[in-house]
Amino acid sequence: MDETASRPAQTFRIKTAGRTSHVAVVAAIAILLVLTLLPVFASRTLIQDMIFLFYMLALAQCWNLLAGYAGLISVGQQAFVGLGGYLLFALTLVGGLNPLLAIPIAGVIAALFALPTALVVFRLRGAYFAIGTWVVAEVYRLGFAQVKPLGGGTGTSLTPAVTSSVSGIEWVRMLLDVRTPAARDIISYWVALALMAGTLAAVYLILRSRRGLALGAIRDHETAAASVGVDIYRIRFAVYVATAAMTGMIGALVYLQKARISPDAAFAVLDWTAYVIFIVIIGGIGTMEGPVIGAIIFYLMQRYLADFGAWYLILLGVLGILVMLFAPRGLWGHVAERYGLTLFPTRRRLVVDG
Amino acid sequence: MTGWLDALIQGVLLGGLYALLAAGLSLMFGVMRLVNLAHGDLIVLAAFAILVLAGKLGLDPFVAVLVALPILFVVGFALQHVLLNRTLGRDLLPPLLVTFGLSIIIENGLLQLFSADSQRLRSGAIETASIPLGGGIAVGVVPLLTLLSAISMIVLLNLIFYRTPIGRAFRATSDDLEVAQLMGVDHRRIFAVAMGLAFVVITIAALYLGLRANFDPTIGPARLLYAFEAVIIGGLGSFWGTLAGGIVLGLAQTIGARIDPEWQILAGHLAFLAVLVIRPRGLFPRAQD
Repeated sequence: MDETASRPAQTFRIKTAGRTSHVAVVAAIAILLVLTLLPVFASRTLIQDMIFLFYMLALAQCWNLLAGYAGLISVGQQAFVGLGGYLLFALTLVGGLNPLLAIPIAGVIAALFALPTALVVFRLRGAYFAIGTWVVAEVYRLGFAQVKPLGGGTGTSLTPAVTSSVSGIEWVRMLLDVRTPAARDIISYWVALALMAGTLAAVYLILRSRRGLALGAIRDHETAAASVGVDIYRIRFAVYVATAAMTGMIGALVYLQKARISPDAAFAVLDWTAYVIFIVIIGGIGTMEGPVIGAIIFYLMQRYLADFGAWYLILLGVLGILVMLFAPRGLWGHVAERYGLTLFPTRRRLVVDG
Repeated sequence: MTGWLDALIQGVLLGGLYALLAAGLSLMFGVMRLVNLAHGDLIVLAAFAILVLAGKLGLDPFVAVLVALPILFVVGFALQHVLLNRTLGRDLLPPLLVTFGLSIIIENGLLQLFSADSQRLRSGAIETASIPLGGGIAVGVVPLLTLLSAISMIVLLNLIFYRTPIGRAFRATSDDLEVAQLMGVDHRRIFAVAMGLAFVVITIAALYLGLRANFDPTIGPARLLYAFEAVIIGGLGSFWGTLAGGIVLGLAQTIGARIDPEWQILAGHLAFLAVLVIRPRGLFPRAQD
């Protein structure tokens, strides 16, 4: 007797999006629309706070892609934030470029810097890679401290000629009836929103692609992924360079907004890596939703607790350790597990019909 | 010419300090495969412990360190037993991030307690004493003692690792954790003892760090990087390699400083990256991982 004939016919499908994620798409479009129009009615303080929230979220999303998916635990991402910032200053102050044009160019150049950097740090594996990236960030910091046209060790400021050359200031000033500095903030806000949304979209598209499937496999089990033919080195290299480009653009925006740069601030491990790691860990590493939640929590803590100075940082350290030990999947990891929620459907589930 | 010879001698002596900073890290790598991002801050913490003990008890730092050693051994033992043992496993992230969090807690805790002022361990005339070697070159007594202590420390660690039962247990857990457990080794206790021992090394390193130069709560991360570079340059798993790595780093820094004082630290980092490119497993590798 034929074995297969006795069994009911089974078909398999790969399912990604669920009902909640369709709702999430509609919600995301609505949120994006509200955020785009926010400057019409929001105060200048809120706009500035939102710029901070957006760039921290974008940085967190980049680090999450690196550490949470590609298994590249870097504590040296400040290298590319600082690099982006310095490139913006060099391109506008020395090169005379328009700041808004300088941001994407800074991203491209950051990626070019990331190529040789990756060749060196990729010689270190796992935990040693982490400290290696930190050394590289220090090399960048000490290197830029030697560049005298950009202020050397003490740093420099953007000239008013540069800050007022941002395109669209006049238009925003007329349209929304605000002063020039506020109009400048609004332009930065839109750029930050675009970068944040762009980073989210880029990470989402990467994870939904063939490469994303490979990344998920690396995250779940490196050896198993290699055994089914994932070229781990190549995909890690690509992720490292891509996140460097995104991080560099974010860095350029951060320092366009700050208008003052110094090596110690631009390459600060606390501001650009420790906070970012905290956001990802609290929210939930290896998920796209985690960094979003983490960034909102971090923003609220920064706003209401940062005045406590050293005590605030001690609290962040203690919270980070406790979450790592007792809830390593972060807030979103637990919510998603309990309620089966996904807002960004990057997971593929096997569905058996019949 | 004398200047360059002097730079070489001072570089080797500075290498002694870096080898001491690195020996504790090398021990943690070696026994529990722990990459401790708080290493530099722990050294600074130990330096403050010696400072406080010396101040409160009115002791010379060389005597105060004898009081500090058993206390810090217990602190290290407890830290591993209560906190760090929980982070060990196949996943890389927990030990890295817990020690990173620890680094931030220690740095800011010290800032809160002692402010950002520079401190120094005071030990009278020995601090500035030097031995003339002729030809206008002199070596400081404290730098020389640092190098000699580094060498003695490495001899001692090798004796412990290769001549004692606890050393055998260290090597066994390091080689194959599961088999060691099957043979009845309590790896949690072994790791705690190893961390206690690492804290002894850290405390000796802190003594010379504080005697040779000023320190404040924020200098930890830079010391972590020097220690890490010395370990990687030397090659993982060998204490003598770590000494060699420290000396290579010390030489690179003093030669860099001789060309341009602003280049001291950068030259050290670049030497490290150069070794990574040319010999990724370090100069004297032993361990596979």
